[in-house]
Amino acid sequence: MSRYKMHLLVCGGTGCHSSESNLVYEMLRDEVERKGLKGDVQVIRTGCFGFCEKGPILKILPDNTFYTQVKPVDAKEIIDEHIIKGRRVYRLLYTDPETEEHVPDSKHMGFYKKQLRIALRNCGSIDPENIDESIARDAYQALGKVLTGYTPRETIDLVKRSGLRGRGGAGFPTGLKWEIAARNDAAQKYVVCNADEGDPGAFMDRSILEGDPHSILEAMAICGYCIGATKGLIYIRAEYPLAIKRLKIAIAQAQEYGLLGDHIFGTGFSFDITLRYGAGAFVCGEETALIHSMEGKRGEPSNKPPFPAQSGYLGKPTNVNNVETLANIPAIILKGAEWFSSIGTERSKGTKVFALAGKINNVGLIEVPMGITLREIIYEIGGGIKNGKKFKAVQTGGPSGGCLTEKHLDTPIDYESLTAAGSMMGSGGMIVLDEDDCMVSVAKFYLGFIVEESCGKCAPCRIGNKRLHETLGRITEGKGMQEDIEKLRNLGSVVKDTSLCGLGQTSPNPVLSTLDNFMDEYMEHVHDKKCRSGQCRNLLYYVISEEDCIGCMACKRVCPTHAISGEKKEVHVINQDICIKCGACMEKCQFDAISLKNDYPREVAAISNY
Amino acid sequence: MNQKINIAPAVFEYMEKVTGTDGIEVKVNLPKEKIEKINGICDGFGNEPGELINVLHEVQHAFGYIPAEVQDVVAHNLHLPVAQVYGVVTFYTFFSMIPKGEHPVSVCTGTACYVRGAERVLEEFRKELNVEVGETTPDGKFSINCLRCVGACGLAPVVLVGEKVYGRVSPDGVKAIIGEYKK
Repeated sequence: MSRYKMHLLVCGGTGCHSSESNLVYEMLRDEVERKGLKGDVQVIRTGCFGFCEKGPILKILPDNTFYTQVKPVDAKEIIDEHIIKGRRVYRLLYTDPETEEHVPDSKHMGFYKKQLRIALRNCGSIDPENIDESIARDAYQALGKVLTGYTPRETIDLVKRSGLRGRGGAGFPTGLKWEIAARNDAAQKYVVCNADEGDPGAFMDRSILEGDPHSILEAMAICGYCIGATKGLIYIRAEYPLAIKRLKIAIAQAQEYGLLGDHIFGTGFSFDITLRYGAGAFVCGEETALIHSMEGKRGEPSNKPPFPAQSGYLGKPTNVNNVETLANIPAIILKGAEWFSSIGTERSKGTKVFALAGKINNVGLIEVPMGITLREIIYEIGGGIKNGKKFKAVQTGGPSGGCLTEKHLDTPIDYESLTAAGSMMGSGGMIVLDEDDCMVSVAKFYLGFIVEESCGKCAPCRIGNKRLHETLGRITEGKGMQEDIEKLRNLGSVVKDTSLCGLGQTSPNPVLSTLDNFMDEYMEHVHDKKCRSGQCRNLLYYVISEEDCIGCMACKRVCPTHAISGEKKEVHVINQDICIKCGACMEKCQFDAISLKNDYPREVAAISNY
Repeated sequence: MNQKINIAPAVFEYMEKVTGTDGIEVKVNLPKEKIEKINGICDGFGNEPGELINVLHEVQHAFGYIPAEVQDVVAHNLHLPVAQVYGVVTFYTFFSMIPKGEHPVSVCTGTACYVRGAERVLEEFRKELNVEVGETTPDGKFSINCLRCVGACGLAPVVLVGEKVYGRVSPDGVKAIIGEYKK
C-alpha cells in the first residue's frame, strides 16, 4: 500500500451502501482522476467502520481524518480542499455532542475510545475484494504458521488455552468443540461456518463477511487442519447479497493464490470451501437445523445426541462455528493464547461484537472487551439515548434473550452475568429501549417473531408460543386479566423446559424477563387499562378538552357510532364505552380540542353514561 | 411456518412430456422452453437431491416465483417426491408460490426498525396499496413483504422497493415512495 501518498477509504458496508456510499466512491474516484492524482491517491471501498449512524463514512489516511455523512456532491470539495490544499473540510467532521467541537480523527471519538477490535480488525481498513490488501494485513499467515509449525493437537491446545467461546450465542468453548470433532476418526469430516444470522437487529456476522472475508476462509482452513477435514461449507443467508458476492470473490482469489485447494503452502494439507444458501428461516441458525437445510431439506432441528461432531452433514462428523468465533482464530494464533486470555473476564475471554441499535444516538457495530459495563456501552460508546429521553431497558440476545434494566447498568458483561440477569449473550444484538417503549408490546413483538419462525416440529414451541402470543395480545388490547399473568409464567417455563431445540428453549425469555423486570407495566395494562408509553392503541382514549371545545358539533356529526354527546355551543363529551377509536372526530376538529390520552377518563365516561 | 399458501393459477398453456433421467415420463403443464430452462438448472447442480435449495434459488431467480408446475419438474429431475419439494418451498420464507409485484415493497420489521416505528409504516403501505402482506396488487405493480433486518439499523425504519433502500421512512413519506413508481 506504500505506493500511494494518500488513501481514501469509503465504507462499503450495507448500512453506508444503503445511503449511496457507492456514488460517493465513484465521484471521489472520478475527481481524483480528473485532477490527475491517480498515481498518488488511492480510493478504495472497505468493509464496515461500525459507525453506521453517521454514514456514509470516509476515512483518509495517513492523517486519519474521519468524515461522516458524506454525500456524492461533497467529493469535489474533499479533493480540492483536503487532498490538494491539505485543509480539512470541517463541516463534514464528526461533532462531539457534548463539547460541540469537531473531532478530526476516529481515535478521539467517544464511539471508538473504549473499543478493541479483534474480530473486526480489518473491517474498514482494507478492500475486501482484493486479496493482496488482506495479505498485507497478515491474512493467511496464521494458516502458514499452523501448517508448517504446529501439529493439529498443538493448535487445538492453543485455541483451548485462549479461552475462546462460541460467539453465536451459547458460548461453548471452541477448542473443546474442535477436540471432540478431531477425536472422531471418520475418513470424511466437514467444517461449517454458520453465517445464518437471523437475529433481527444483529448484523455483525454480515459485516465481518463483507469487510474481511479472508479471515473466515483462513480460520476454516485452520479448523479443517485441526479436526482432519478437507471440505468447508459456509451456510449464508440469501438475504445478504453483498456478503455472498464478496465471499465468492475471496474464495476464487484464495484458490488462485493456492491458499485454498490442494497442498496448501506445499504441505500435504488440502482444503476447499463452497457456499450453501439459506432461504429465510430463523431456526436454521440452530446447528442441527442448519445441517438439514444444507442437505436440501426443511430446516427442522433434531435431537442431540448425536451431536454434529459425531454425525452431522451427510451423516459425517461436522464442526459448526459461528462467523465471529472464526474471525478471532487467526488473531489468536498469531498473537498467542496468553494475549487473548489476558482480555476479558475470568470465564469469558476476548472481545464481543455488538450491534447497537434502537433508541440510541450512535447506532452501529462495536467490539468491546468482555467485562465492560452496559453503562459504558450505552453512554460512552453509544452516546446516550436519542432525543434526551430516559433509558428504560436493553434487549440483548434477540428473540431468545431478555431485558437488562437500569439496575444492570453497572454489571460487567460476560456470558455468565447476562444469563444470571435473565438474558443471554446471544449473537450480540443490543436494542436500546427508552421510556416511549411499552415492554408488553416488545415482548409481544418477539413472540410474534417466534410464532412465525417456529418450525412446528415440537408441540411446546409450536402451540405454547402461539398461546403466549395470544395472551400478550389480549393484555395489550386491554382485555387481560390477573390470571393471564400467571398463565404467562407457567406456560413460559413449560415451553422453556420441554422444547426440542435452542429456539424453543429460549423463546419465552422475552416474556419471562419483562415479567421479572416490568411487572408494574403488566399490572397497569391488566388492572388500570393503561399503557404508560402510549404504544398500545386500544389503551388510548380520545378526549375532548373542556377549554378548547366550542361546541360546533362537527365531531358529533362525523362519529360513526354516535359516541359523542353535547348540545350546540356546549362542551362535547365522548362516551368511551361506545367509542371505537376510529379517530374521525380528531381529524374533523378544527380547534385541536380532541387529543389521545393514555389514562382512562373514568369521570368523564361516568358522566356521559347518563 | 405460518405461511398462507396461495397456489397461483396455471398461466402456462401447453402440456409437455418430461422424461426424467430414469426414463419415466411425466406430463407437466408448462411450455417446452420453460421445462428446458428448469432441466438446465437442475443439470447444473448434477441433479443432486441435496442441492434442492440451491436449485430452487436459481429457479426462483429465473421465473420470479415457484409455482406448482415448476415444482413438479424439479422434483422429477432430482428424484424427489413432489411433496418434499413443496415442503421445502413452503418452509422457507424466501421462496414464493405467487408472483411478486413489478416493484416489490419490503418493509423491514427487525427489532431496530420496530422500535423506531416500522409497524406504522407497514400499516400505511397496506392502506395505500390496499393489499395485505404477502399479496400483490391486482395490476401486478406492487407487492408487500416483511423482511427481518437488512442490517441498515442506523437508517431505521428501512423500506426496500426492489433493491433501492429508503431509510428513516415515516408513515407520511409512504405516499411519496409509492408515487415514484406509479408513473
